[in-house]
Amino acid sequence: MQPFKPVLLEAVGVPNGYTIASYKSRGGYAPLEKILAEKQPAEVVEMVKASGLRGRGGAGFSTGLKWTFLPKDHPGPIYLCINADESEPGTFNNRILMEDDPHQVIEGIILSAYATRASTAYIYLRYEYPQSWHRLEAAIDEAYAAGYLGKNIRGTNFSLDIYLHRGAAAYICGEETGLIESLEGKRAWPRIKPPFPAIEGLFHKPTVVNNIETMACVAQIARRGIEWFKSIGVPADPNNPRDPGSYGPKLYCLSGHVEKPGCYEAPLGITARELINHFGGGVWKGRKAKAVIPGGISMGLMTESELDTPLDFAGPGKVGCLGLGTAAVVVIDDQTSIVDFLHNSCRFFAHESCGQCTPCREGTSWSLRMLERMKAGKGRLKDLDILLEIGNTMGMMPGSTICGLADGAAWPIKNAIKKFRGEFEDYIKRTNPSGWMVTDPVPALQIVGAH
Amino acid sequence: MIAAQKILTDEMVAKIEALAPRYPNRRALTLPALHIVNAELLHVPLEAVAEIAQVLGLAPAEVQDTMTFYEFFHQEKPHGKVRAFVCRSISCALRGGDHLLEHLCHKNGIPPYGTTADGSLTIEPAECLGACDFAPCILANDDLLKNMTPEAAEAELQKPRARAT
Ligand SMILES: Cc1cc2nc3c(=O)[nH]c(=O)nc-3n(C[C@H](O)[C@H](O)[C@H](O)COP(=O)(O)O)c2cc1C
Ligand code: SF4
Ligand code: FES
Repeated sequence: MQPFKPVLLEAVGVPNGYTIASYKSRGGYAPLEKILAEKQPAEVVEMVKASGLRGRGGAGFSTGLKWTFLPKDHPGPIYLCINADESEPGTFNNRILMEDDPHQVIEGIILSAYATRASTAYIYLRYEYPQSWHRLEAAIDEAYAAGYLGKNIRGTNFSLDIYLHRGAAAYICGEETGLIESLEGKRAWPRIKPPFPAIEGLFHKPTVVNNIETMACVAQIARRGIEWFKSIGVPADPNNPRDPGSYGPKLYCLSGHVEKPGCYEAPLGITARELINHFGGGVWKGRKAKAVIPGGISMGLMTESELDTPLDFAGPGKVGCLGLGTAAVVVIDDQTSIVDFLHNSCRFFAHESCGQCTPCREGTSWSLRMLERMKAGKGRLKDLDILLEIGNTMGMMPGSTICGLADGAAWPIKNAIKKFRGEFEDYIKRTNPSGWMVTDPVPALQIVGAH
Repeated sequence: MIAAQKILTDEMVAKIEALAPRYPNRRALTLPALHIVNAELLHVPLEAVAEIAQVLGLAPAEVQDTMTFYEFFHQEKPHGKVRAFVCRSISCALRGGDHLLEHLCHKNGIPPYGTTADGSLTIEPAECLGACDFAPCILANDDLLKNMTPEAAEAELQKPRARAT
């Protein structure tokens, strides 16, 4: 591994690193002042586009490109929503950025609002982050007092208010249109797209939704430049005109069965094996990995033999995972039952499905009930085919649901059964010696057949 | 006619109104209002829902619809003075999260989501708390309890805890 000095995490471990004084002593807010004095909003959009920055919230969409989808010459208001709902199991990098370096995030928000001509930014913060709430609140106050927020910032005609808005413990509020509905005071039912938020979003106005880490990257691009950002990570594949590359530093969250769980910054493209060994102190208790989640539970599973896959935006997909997601790497050791893993995953999605699309609402709860029956010693081999059928049919990719939660529910099912089928079969035969071969419908399954 | 008992205090209404300039319409105040009421009453009874609706100029059903979408808000009775969210998602489960939840419920003699008879403690299973680096973990009011063993968690949850947010 090339030596790499953390940038996004430079404040971690610095005493009072979360204060404005500390942030400015590290070079913060100077880039903002320079840009407000010298650049037009369109030039800032161009800068972010040219950097190749892709959103860090899970979908990996080009940030600059997304901003260009806003209508030109719109009378306003245009809204900026900062997604701090961070609830994808395994993920905690937004929390660390908000707690340890809130001004880096705020400078990124101010730059992004300037670029998109937004004069109001809402930070949608998950309820379970009280410390982030306090740190952001204090940092926003400091930024107002220093003249970086409010009316006519630094003598320009650019004004911006940032408001904190607190969620109420629902994963679906992280989906961008679920977030918008929730902010509007309604149940967080994601919207059918199009229209995309850039055209009609919050309060029916053009809206950009971006992740907290994306904001921190914008601040660093403003400070260190496009060339710096593009010198890190994995360049676009010259043989694939549709590959935008994976540029910049990334915060990888490492948890589960490793010796040293934590949030580690590395160039995009580090492998899971490097992360585990270099940063994580290896798999815990000297054991071996059985499987690894590459980017939050929605992304599915890599096997031990797939651990050399680069964790850039294109990597996990090459081994059948959904994508890089949030780059939250969860290690599962060889003593853990993959049946238990899948039960945990199915329970999460059954609990968090918002319920408006039938394939997702029913698919997630039936898969959970099947896993519960399996764990109660009543599994049948046929269940594996039915689970796969559910996995193959619910989601935006097969076109049966409104949002991507269902794809995230489907992927762990598909990956676990395809990559560990033998273990499922052994488990079912061992725990249900008299019934594993039965193929008659059981009551709950008959209903599955009806759909 | 007897004047309806008011559940929302003037302070609560003032706190809600103070946030009004942040949003272009009053419906967006629904979630902030629910949080303001819940922080005081530890639940949001139906009467409070009706009063919030009145303050915001909404139908009670609109507020009730939003509130019930979030399992977060209890309606029937207050949650405990300490509300402990015990993470059961994958990174915590891999390090004993499910066992932790079971142990705590057993020791306190309550089922998951239950509240002790003296109203001091509610234990709720939670999905990923965004603190997987400290798995298994618990969020008790504003305090993140890190790397919990069942015994340590049992002792931690006996302590009274402030709630600032
Ligand atoms: C079910 C679901 C949950 C999501 N949760 C989050 C989240 O907690 N935080 C986040 O930034 N993006 C989340 N996303 C992605 C957002 O919809 C959106 O793509 C992202 O916030 C855009 O920001 P970015 O372009 O800066 O990444 C989620 C998506 C889905 C389908
Ligand atoms: S896919 Fe699932 S979570 Fe997404 S809108 Fe449909 S029911 Fe809700
Ligand atoms: S899985 Fe428990 S905090 Fe993330």
